[in-house]
Amino acid sequence: MKPLTLIALCAPAAYAAAQWALGFAGLSNELGFNPAEWTHHFLGDTALRILLVTLAVSPLRDMTGWAPLGLIRRRIGLAAFAYSAAHILAYLWLDLLWSLPALWDDVLKRTYITLGMAAFAAMIPLALTSTNGMIRKLGRTSWEKLHRLIFPITLLAVLHHLFMVKGNQPEPLIHGAILAALVAWRLAKRFRRSDPEASA
Amino acid sequence: MKFWRNPEYQTLRSELTPEGLFLDRRALMAATGALGAGTILNPLTADAAPQKPQAAGAPPATAPTAAQAPQPGAALTARKTSYAVADAWSSEDAVTGYNNFYEFGTDKSDPARFADKMTVSPWSVSVEGETDAPRTYTLRELVDYSKLEERVYRHRCVEAWSMVVPWVGVPMADVIRKLKPKSSARFVQFETYLNPKEMRGVRLPVLDWPYVEGLRMDEAMNELAFVAVGVYGKALPKQNGAPIRTVLPWKYGFKGTKSIVKIRFLKSQPPTSWNKAGANEYGFYSNVNPEVDHPRWSQATERVIGGKGFNERRRTEMFNGYSKQVASLYAGMDLAKNY
Ligand code: HEM
Repeated sequence: MKPLTLIALCAPAAYAAAQWALGFAGLSNELGFNPAEWTHHFLGDTALRILLVTLAVSPLRDMTGWAPLGLIRRRIGLAAFAYSAAHILAYLWLDLLWSLPALWDDVLKRTYITLGMAAFAAMIPLALTSTNGMIRKLGRTSWEKLHRLIFPITLLAVLHHLFMVKGNQPEPLIHGAILAALVAWRLAKRFRRSDPEASA
Repeated sequence: MKFWRNPEYQTLRSELTPEGLFLDRRALMAATGALGAGTILNPLTADAAPQKPQAAGAPPATAPTAAQAPQPGAALTARKTSYAVADAWSSEDAVTGYNNFYEFGTDKSDPARFADKMTVSPWSVSVEGETDAPRTYTLRELVDYSKLEERVYRHRCVEAWSMVVPWVGVPMADVIRKLKPKSSARFVQFETYLNPKEMRGVRLPVLDWPYVEGLRMDEAMNELAFVAVGVYGKALPKQNGAPIRTVLPWKYGFKGTKSIVKIRFLKSQPPTSWNKAGANEYGFYSNVNPEVDHPRWSQATERVIGGKGFNERRRTEMFNGYSKQVASLYAGMDLAKNY
């Protein structure tokens, strides 16, 4: 289960790397006429979708009653962090030529990048506390409380996308709807639990 | 896709953004000899155009009838002109395979994939408003196919990328004169074809369809304003706005109108599609201006698409390098306000 998850999570990275390798070798590839744009979209979409998958793990576990699903949640979340980091590094490389001041200017000036950076910054403490040791150190309850940050993080990532597109495009709204459904599922569960008749 | 290092890659690269790292522009121009406003409309470069139109292999032009114009891809004969930027043409694949035509979808590859369904023949354009000759025109009435010329313009998209495109067509002024606008006409509006059966992108309200664009009359009569019916020596492919479109090289690409079905002469400034979608981001003028950023990205530099370099960028020039021809149109206007 765990190695399979790892392979699945690495697959998009392998795919992107393969496209770049083909591109540099002058062979046919998917990068298109604007490899930078392709890369930003691919890594950004992958990061956000993996975040949504992370949030879908516990509903799936509850629905299927298959407990092992809970074991892979942390590594899925970490993969979302890794793809976000790669996404930002690609931007720094292809668009800003490694200029950190230029990145900071963008963060201050452009709302969608402010939102993306906020999302990424909030992911850092979650990534750092993703080890077994840290869970023990923090204690289950406060660890879980801290990791509820994933909800606002995902919302920020959806807004990052929404604020960047031209015109009224559907993708950010679809991602937003999935996030809303995953939140609604949890609220409903909580409501059921606190409803004495339902639990009777 | 070919993907190799351009010998000028380093130069172009060092031109790029990081604030404070700009090279002296003049030194740079001297070093490369190929960049900069001064070379943009150099008549001497016209004959030495980097490539020849690749008309070979194109289907032969069909017998002309009154209503029918050459089918997309048919070879066209066009006179070379001095309206040619010095840089190498973008690859034809890039121009026809990477573009925005939101009626067919918002991905850059959508137009090439889905425009095929559009009916472009027969085609007619209705002319309305402040004119002495309002009626429906055939393409051949609007465009004199025996007087086609080729103009190699830099195409600067508002999304901060650019290409170098060899258009084939006629000056917009020639077309407008045929349409006899009244002296009361101060603006002209162009409207794109709309047919949900043939255009899958219009099923979503990405923009308020149909696509409309507009110009002040003096802009439309400027020598650079162009009505294109072809590109790369062939009749326009559908994804590039067949059979007839406008090209305004000093403005962001979206000011051009593809697949035109209506031309209206008006007394007052017409609404335009992107302005309706986001007035604070897309102004009526939308002249290329490296000093006025789009709220969501910088317009100071542009990514070069369809060139030979890897991740090439160049500095964006005022009016896309066409200041000499168009700056006087905007004399006295605050271009930061009239973006
Ligand atoms: C400093 C942080 C970030 C920067 C500078 C940044 C930058 C960008 C850029 C330049 C684009 C492409 C824009 C375009 O082509 O018009 C983009 C797209 C995107 N980014 Fe980010 N991003 C950041 C953080 C994030 C994070 C943390 C996530 C998700 C977890 C994310 C998800 C996305 C998504 C979903 C897209 C849209 C992809 C598409 O259009 O298909 N970004 N980002």
